[in-house]
Amino acid sequence: MTNIHRRAFIFFSFFIAIIFIGFFQSWNVALGIFNLCIISAIMALGVNIQLGYAGIFNAGVMGFAALGGLAAVIISYPPVPETIELGGSGVFLSLVILFVGTATVTFIYKSSLSSSIKKLTVPLTILMLLILFNLVGSPAIERIEAFEPAASGFLGGFGLPIILSWFVGGILAGIVAFLIGKLTLGLRSDYLAIATLGIAEVIIYFLKNEDWLTRGVKNVNGLPRPVPYEVDLQGNAWFIEFCDKYNFPLVETSSIVVKISYCLLFSGILITIFILSEIALKSPWGRMMRAIRDNEISARAMGKNVKARHLEIFIIGSAIVGLAGAMLTTLEGQFTPTTYQPLRFTFTVWVMVIIGGTGNNYGSLIGGFLVWFLWVEAEPLGLYLVELFTSPLSDTNPLRIQLITNAAHMRYIMMGLLLLLVLRFAPKGIFPEGR
Amino acid sequence: MDFFNAIALITNFILLPGLTYGSQLALGALGVTLIYAVLRFSNFAHGEIMSFGAMVCILFTWLGQSYGVSFGFLPTALLFVPVAMIFTILYCMLIEKFVFSYYRKKKSNPIIFLIASIGVMFFTAGLIRFIIGPSDQSFNDGVRFIFTVREFKTLTGLNEGFGLKTSQAITILTTIILCSLLFFFLNSTRTGKSMRAFSDNEDLALLSGIDPNKVVLLTWIIAGGLATFAGVLYGLDKIYKPFIFLQMLLPIFSAAIVGGVGNPLGAFIGGYIIALSELFVTFAYKKVLGYLLPENLEPTTMMQFLSTDYKFAVSFIILVIVLIIKPTGIFSGKTI
Repeated sequence: MTNIHRRAFIFFSFFIAIIFIGFFQSWNVALGIFNLCIISAIMALGVNIQLGYAGIFNAGVMGFAALGGLAAVIISYPPVPETIELGGSGVFLSLVILFVGTATVTFIYKSSLSSSIKKLTVPLTILMLLILFNLVGSPAIERIEAFEPAASGFLGGFGLPIILSWFVGGILAGIVAFLIGKLTLGLRSDYLAIATLGIAEVIIYFLKNEDWLTRGVKNVNGLPRPVPYEVDLQGNAWFIEFCDKYNFPLVETSSIVVKISYCLLFSGILITIFILSEIALKSPWGRMMRAIRDNEISARAMGKNVKARHLEIFIIGSAIVGLAGAMLTTLEGQFTPTTYQPLRFTFTVWVMVIIGGTGNNYGSLIGGFLVWFLWVEAEPLGLYLVELFTSPLSDTNPLRIQLITNAAHMRYIMMGLLLLLVLRFAPKGIFPEGR
Repeated sequence: MDFFNAIALITNFILLPGLTYGSQLALGALGVTLIYAVLRFSNFAHGEIMSFGAMVCILFTWLGQSYGVSFGFLPTALLFVPVAMIFTILYCMLIEKFVFSYYRKKKSNPIIFLIASIGVMFFTAGLIRFIIGPSDQSFNDGVRFIFTVREFKTLTGLNEGFGLKTSQAITILTTIILCSLLFFFLNSTRTGKSMRAFSDNEDLALLSGIDPNKVVLLTWIIAGGLATFAGVLYGLDKIYKPFIFLQMLLPIFSAAIVGGVGNPLGAFIGGYIIALSELFVTFAYKKVLGYLLPENLEPTTMMQFLSTDYKFAVSFIILVIVLIIKPTGIFSGKTI
């Protein structure tokens, strides 16, 4: 079997599996899984750019995905006029202070003043900045959060179409990646993994606690959609006629149509990103990246600016993850900071990339598809296995009940085993990186 | 008098909890650092190994309690720590045999080890949630306080006071004993010295006839044993939550790196540095300053540097500062 046949075969088997689910569970479930598969594949592509092209270990995937979700909230949620009146100016002013202050500190740091003066002035400026920031910001934030905390209590967003947020999410994640990259990219690979793991936690804590921006753990529900609502479709005369004509059940068809529209939108983004990353990989730029990855010292000797290239790739990869994060929040229609868990976001995406084959975009694509598919289907599968093995026990046996209630956690065991087995027996993944 | 009130407040809210949490971190960080020194990789599964140890201990405690076993005023769980240690060490050996020994023989890149440890982390996390479930478990059945705040107040006549929880005393004492034993072992016994030699220079150690398999096995035994203690003590002091151990990975790694990765003394001190600074930075000083400052200067705000919610950010910030200013850590790490 040649390479192309192999690829086609694996992708084909995946689609068969989805169709199988469609026939045996329901088309709704199948499409729901497939939509999340697409988002996972985009995240995997983003991580593959970092891990595969340049060998950068970013353990902060979760943080960037959450930033994308934040962008979805800020762009699409309608503004809350009352809170903006109460505290909008204060928050805006404190942001201005932050920007001006950061610029001043950077200016002093980069200026030609002697280092002893710098040592004195920089911490002093930062301290003054923090005090000023608190004085202006805290009362405004308190007023915002006190306004109808059960229903609102945050600034809301800009009320723009949510599709815009996908790109804004990418840009936001990119900006944060720039700041983080400046700070940490000089570190050795496993230190970088630990540092980024920490940054992701800090981002999540920020999103959980800054109620004025994200409503924190109270979640933001009811984000607008880029596609029609099921209820509207069910009231649409043309749609009713369409369903009657082909004898489709109205309610189920409407939700399938919604999912298909998401699927088309997402596929468009996935295909664009995939093609772009393939072009980038094959371009001189991509070759340079792999050269840096494979032998950093000689690449540096050839006059390549390794640090700048690493920063570049860190930003691009994180931006793609941010975009996928915004898409995920769009699909869910709500922003829940508590759902961001490192096992679910960071490490599962790593598993996708490694199983697919680091450095190969087709690999990330199939890795994202397969791993998400397994992640979802592990629950029914685990339940089935548990019931099979404990069937001799009676229904009231505590062990059996315990195992059945915890069967959903089979997915972690499965992910771990999958990763260990692939790493041991096929370290290059399903699709090894081509030369 | 006011001065003593301030001291009592700080002891109650910063020093005692800080020393307790610091001990738990130090025990975890010692495991991480030993594995880094001997096997030369960052073990991301260490948090889950701690969790595994605590879980086994809880299961045996339940079993013991159902037979009416109790340990007087001390928590019953302490009786079963040795059993839990045996299970955890066995689990660590299984991991070493089925996962890491292969890469060790191949002399793989540390990054491959790291990815493998993430696989182990996933597997262990699943196993724990599968066996004990994802919910919180409280298993501290001993007497809660050695002396309470109120008893302290009536004894000394101060306005403020501090109470000593049994779990705090146990944690701090156990850590001191374990660490003294460990440092004695590493510095004064032949086997300990061979471990240090191995971590210092592998090739030279091999030439002098040190058996690498023995050293690696010993490392896992020590790391697994310490991890069990860390997990059980953390669970006794707070509560056992399966998902908290992944979050504890960050402060543990910070502790190990701040002290100098691969340096046990560094990991020990690093644990306390991280824990105490977390509490110092997130403590509201309003009351303390109220006692210390003259009356007209009493602060009106909470006087808190950072909200308690950001305590994980503290360990991260310390980590980044250390990595940028002195990447080798305070005690210049890399070897035992």
